[in-house]
Amino acid sequence: MKPFTTLTAIAAPLPLANVDTDKLIPSRFLKTIKRSGLGKNLLDPLRFDADGREIPDFVLNREPYRRAEILIAFENFGCGSSREHAPWALLDFGITCVIAPDFADIFYNNCFKNGILPIALPRVVCEQLMQDAAMGENARLTVDLQRQIVVRPNGEEISFDIDPFRKHLLLNGLDDIGQTMQRAPAIDAFEARERALLPWMPPITV
Amino acid sequence: MTDGTPRTLFDKIWDAHVVERMEDGTCLVYIDRHLVHEVTSPQAFEGLRQSGRRVRRPDATIAVVDHNVPTDADRAVRIREEDSRIQVETLEANVREFGVPYFPIADVRQGIVHIIGPEQGISLPGMTIVCGDSHTSTHGAVGALAFGIGTSEVEHVLATQTLLQRPAKNMLVRVEGALPFGTSAKDMMLAIIGHIGTAGGNGHVIEYAGEAVRALDMAGRMTICNMSIEAGARAGLIAPDDTTFNWIRGRPFAPSGEAFDRAVEYWRTLSSDPGALYDHTAVLQAADIAPMVTWGTSPEAVTTITGAVPNPDEVADEARRAQMRRMLDYMALAPGQKMEEIAIDAVFIGSCTNGRLEDIRAAAKVVAGRHVASGVRAMVVPGSGVVKQQAEAEGLDQLFKEAGFEWREAGCSMCLGMNPDKLRPGERCASTSNRNFEGRQGPGGRTHLLSPAMAAAAAVTGRLTDVRQFG
Repeated sequence: MKPFTTLTAIAAPLPLANVDTDKLIPSRFLKTIKRSGLGKNLLDPLRFDADGREIPDFVLNREPYRRAEILIAFENFGCGSSREHAPWALLDFGITCVIAPDFADIFYNNCFKNGILPIALPRVVCEQLMQDAAMGENARLTVDLQRQIVVRPNGEEISFDIDPFRKHLLLNGLDDIGQTMQRAPAIDAFEARERALLPWMPPITV
Repeated sequence: MTDGTPRTLFDKIWDAHVVERMEDGTCLVYIDRHLVHEVTSPQAFEGLRQSGRRVRRPDATIAVVDHNVPTDADRAVRIREEDSRIQVETLEANVREFGVPYFPIADVRQGIVHIIGPEQGISLPGMTIVCGDSHTSTHGAVGALAFGIGTSEVEHVLATQTLLQRPAKNMLVRVEGALPFGTSAKDMMLAIIGHIGTAGGNGHVIEYAGEAVRALDMAGRMTICNMSIEAGARAGLIAPDDTTFNWIRGRPFAPSGEAFDRAVEYWRTLSSDPGALYDHTAVLQAADIAPMVTWGTSPEAVTTITGAVPNPDEVADEARRAQMRRMLDYMALAPGQKMEEIAIDAVFIGSCTNGRLEDIRAAAKVVAGRHVASGVRAMVVPGSGVVKQQAEAEGLDQLFKEAGFEWREAGCSMCLGMNPDKLRPGERCASTSNRNFEGRQGPGGRTHLLSPAMAAAAAVTGRLTDVRQFG
């Protein structure tokens, strides 16, 4: 996984609440056995009309936002399905940071597994950042994960919260499976304890 | 472990599964059951292969195909859509390579992952259960901590049988009194979502309690827990009781004989202690619940069947107003329009929300002696091969077919528009499924969520209909 440290980039404003996972990547695009290639259908129902033509007004179809690496939206971003195809689609499009007042839990978790930084900031701040983003090319935002700040184009620094463990994984691009594998003795001990305590727990064999 | 402080049911199950607690509060949590399906697992197995890892506990894992499989009779012979076929074949190759138990498409035990887990006795009280699907919350109905995970987490569980998680907050939703005539668990849950909102449960596990919840059968409890995620909660929980234990007894993968009695002894400890603290509590009166139906593209956009489409102009918040306008535009509805006057093109009875035998029976009761309205496409899709078999033993397949319904093979079907059962653009559907998002049932499709009995009533009249008028 690619580490996330700092990012200075174009941000796309998407002033919508409840951007659900069926909007982020409709289910008909989930029939893949790969992680890559989903970016072309990111936010498909907002980006394309029924005939597959680009909707010219939509932010990601306009310059400079075709090159956006940050997305700013409103409440409950990523609600709905557990599909990790949603963060894969963002990543494949080039977006590695999403800023919103809050996020749906599963989507929020999935971001960290893919090197995407979700930042929760109050709605009024998101509105300010959207105004910054609306200035386009000359209004890049900077995100500094180590310092936990977003820097506005006018230089104002806005701090954000993040779980220290997740921050550590993102900053170092760590695969948490490898980390957990090192705890195998503790897992072995837990299994032995559970077997003794709940001996009726049946194994699955078909 | 515990210092005598009163604990919620969630706290108890959580504490019993913590392998290690890190300094910052993140826990390594043990997973008792892992359910795997074709859509969210290929990249996880690929990850194992690339790292030379094995599946740690194949005997705690079960795989099934449900999301993209067609529901027509010849599907076991051939899946026409190539990308769906590849996903199914990939799962079959993966379960062979990694030794994971699997219910193939021709097996009567095949069905929607959240139907078959409880049905087979694989999902049991007190367990931690995960699956790469957000409706894993369903299994909370047996008193298990069950939640959906992403594909990276699927890989993490396959490799280590654990997950890195922080404990959720506790929310209590209590429904007092008895459900009125003509309403069901689906109406109760839509009313709860309408009350707390689609983000109301974010960061929480919701425990459902109160007389109306206690009175529900297991199918109804599963409907409730299933849609916890539609209220933002990753998991829903109902404390197990005699209804639960009697329902589990005799299921193929459940303990039997003396082992069952020992299990019940433990399961009886699984309830929240008196005085346990919740971060949030919501109380609803069952008497206030009427048959519910959604009008928008978010499950919280819901009203009673006797209600009308709301007017965005009466909403103060500008963003909310804009969202409502977008919803009405997509749904092609006008403010003030009476719900009962909305004509429908299609009816879908099925899904992990309402694809159980009890749901099919409830619909059948309304359909008996009646016929699907002309021009309406109506289908019943049992949630599993076992449900289908049981319904057929009761003659329900004949009843539905004679009434003009399609009677199909088990699967996710028209709930999510990733198999051949889809709405066409502009089509309007009365659906017993769980999400009314834009395009959920097919691009341009319009979804009204409601109960099985309400869906049956809509099929018969060709418009959204108050099932209470059928007596």
